[in-house]
Amino acid sequence: MSAITRAEVVHLARLARLDLPDDALTHYAEQLDAILDAVAMVSEVAADDVPATSHPVPLTNVFRDDTNQPCLARAEVLAQAPAAEDGRFRVPRILDDEEPA
Amino acid sequence: MSTLVDYDDALSRYEPVIGLEVHVELGTASKMFCGCPTTFGGQPNTQVCPVCLGLPGSLPVVNRAAIESTIRMGLALNCDIASWCRFARKNYFYPDMPKDYQISQYDEPLCTDGYLDVSVPTPDGEVQVVRVGIERVHMEEDTGKLTHTGGATGRIHGADYSLVDYNRAGIPLVEIVTKPVTGTGALAPMVARAYVTALRDIMRSLGVSDVRMEEGSLRCDANLSLAPPGEPWGTRTETKNVNSLRSVERSVTFEIRRQAAVLDGGGTITQETRHFHEDDGSTTPGRSKEEAEDYRYFPEPDLLPVAPDPVWVDELRGTLPELPAVRRARLQQEWGISDFDMDSVINAGALGLVETTIAAGADQAAARKWWLGELARTAKERGVDLADLGVTPVQVARVAELVAAGTLNDKLARQVLEGVAAGEGEPDAVIAARGLVLVSDDDALLAALDEAIAANQDAVAKIQEGKVQAAGAIIGAVMKATRGQADAARVRELLLERLGA
Repeated sequence: MSAITRAEVVHLARLARLDLPDDALTHYAEQLDAILDAVAMVSEVAADDVPATSHPVPLTNVFRDDTNQPCLARAEVLAQAPAAEDGRFRVPRILDDEEPA
Repeated sequence: MSTLVDYDDALSRYEPVIGLEVHVELGTASKMFCGCPTTFGGQPNTQVCPVCLGLPGSLPVVNRAAIESTIRMGLALNCDIASWCRFARKNYFYPDMPKDYQISQYDEPLCTDGYLDVSVPTPDGEVQVVRVGIERVHMEEDTGKLTHTGGATGRIHGADYSLVDYNRAGIPLVEIVTKPVTGTGALAPMVARAYVTALRDIMRSLGVSDVRMEEGSLRCDANLSLAPPGEPWGTRTETKNVNSLRSVERSVTFEIRRQAAVLDGGGTITQETRHFHEDDGSTTPGRSKEEAEDYRYFPEPDLLPVAPDPVWVDELRGTLPELPAVRRARLQQEWGISDFDMDSVINAGALGLVETTIAAGADQAAARKWWLGELARTAKERGVDLADLGVTPVQVARVAELVAAGTLNDKLARQVLEGVAAGEGEPDAVIAARGLVLVSDDDALLAALDEAIAANQDAVAKIQEGKVQAAGAIIGAVMKATRGQADAARVRELLLERLGA
């Protein structure tokens, strides 16, 4: 049985850039526990002769030729962005001031 | 500013361990997972599509040529090629990747467990061969380019905002990671430099990348730790984006001196990423490693596994060219020249040029002499590589042929090459246009010689007394009168005949 702690939920939320209120942490810890328990049932039925798999289709080596395809028009691309400048995407400040200089 | 210990002092107390991570952008026509072009220097965000912009609903497809190049690189580095491997998704939030993850490889790299032997010049003029183990060679996609705006320094710290160009995002990138390199002592910085140089030469000979460090198609991260001899390895730092061969050497040297000072003072080394500064050769701390390392890799669900057929791998092995180190050893033996002379050719970037000049008919000494002398000087003056001087091996071979035939002397040959380099045409055209033919016609020479004899009676007297070395003054006068175009050997013969000496 898995036991997700509140601290682990805090860590996951941080990695996913989710700002979770304190009272939600226990709630999500319980839900994640239930999900992991459900997934764990698979390993109960999978015997040693069933290899772990990450893809649902039994294919390998699906390649394309090294040829060029048309690109998108820049004006169209940048029109989708919240902000643009000089032909580039404009993004908010990346590091906060308290980061080491 | 960091406190530094004298380099030799540092090496007297500590043993360095280095590790190098080199990223090579492949020279494929299209990106790793989409058909956008990979050309350097395009207008920002003009080489992008739904796949490399990570737009919803788009799906990547692997570029076969990128896999082939990576396998060839692995083979050239004596690696095992995986019979089955997967891509992995590396999750992080940073605007250089629009998907918020990078497709990479994690625990199943395409190539593993190889080595590269590198020749390292030692301070006493010898060459030491060091075997650098290759841990892995894996595939991933390059990231976009950020420009930080606002703030005082143009750097990420203190910037008000950043601008992103995704032209580079998705270009096939191969990461080559060494095993820890130990036991190199004071040679460590030279080993690091020699390794990156050798790697660059191999990539170039394979034709998989243009490996231009100044354009970022070859980038190096240098890891270094110190420990007292016999002690377990120390904590390492990773200096990122060291972007010239000289900087590789300088950054390792700097970290040895800096870490030694910290350890001498009883301090501990912080495991961290550091930035190298070209201007003063120093490194400064970057983001801390602990925070950055939780990438939650998992098998990339949008891409199927890669399972290279051994027959395909063997075919690719058959396409490997003669590797640079092997070629050098072969040419050096064929030419019969010393290590020192060979290094001069290589350092001048003249190996291929000299080889082709010899193939065009010149003898090796003449080919080396012209490329490393007159032509290297001209290239240096113009600030260009020898290969970009506009003089071909066939032209140099023609000049060498004319010198060997006695039609040109060295001085005239230099003028011919100068003319060719200045765009005046083929050697024979330059000779005709400038009138650069060696005067060996006796009548013309005798006229000049008689004048010189008349003007140098002192020398004549000495020669007649048997002091034949005095002939130099008269021959010199003839050369001067003919503006260097006289055949000096013939002048000497005529002079001695004239004086009956």
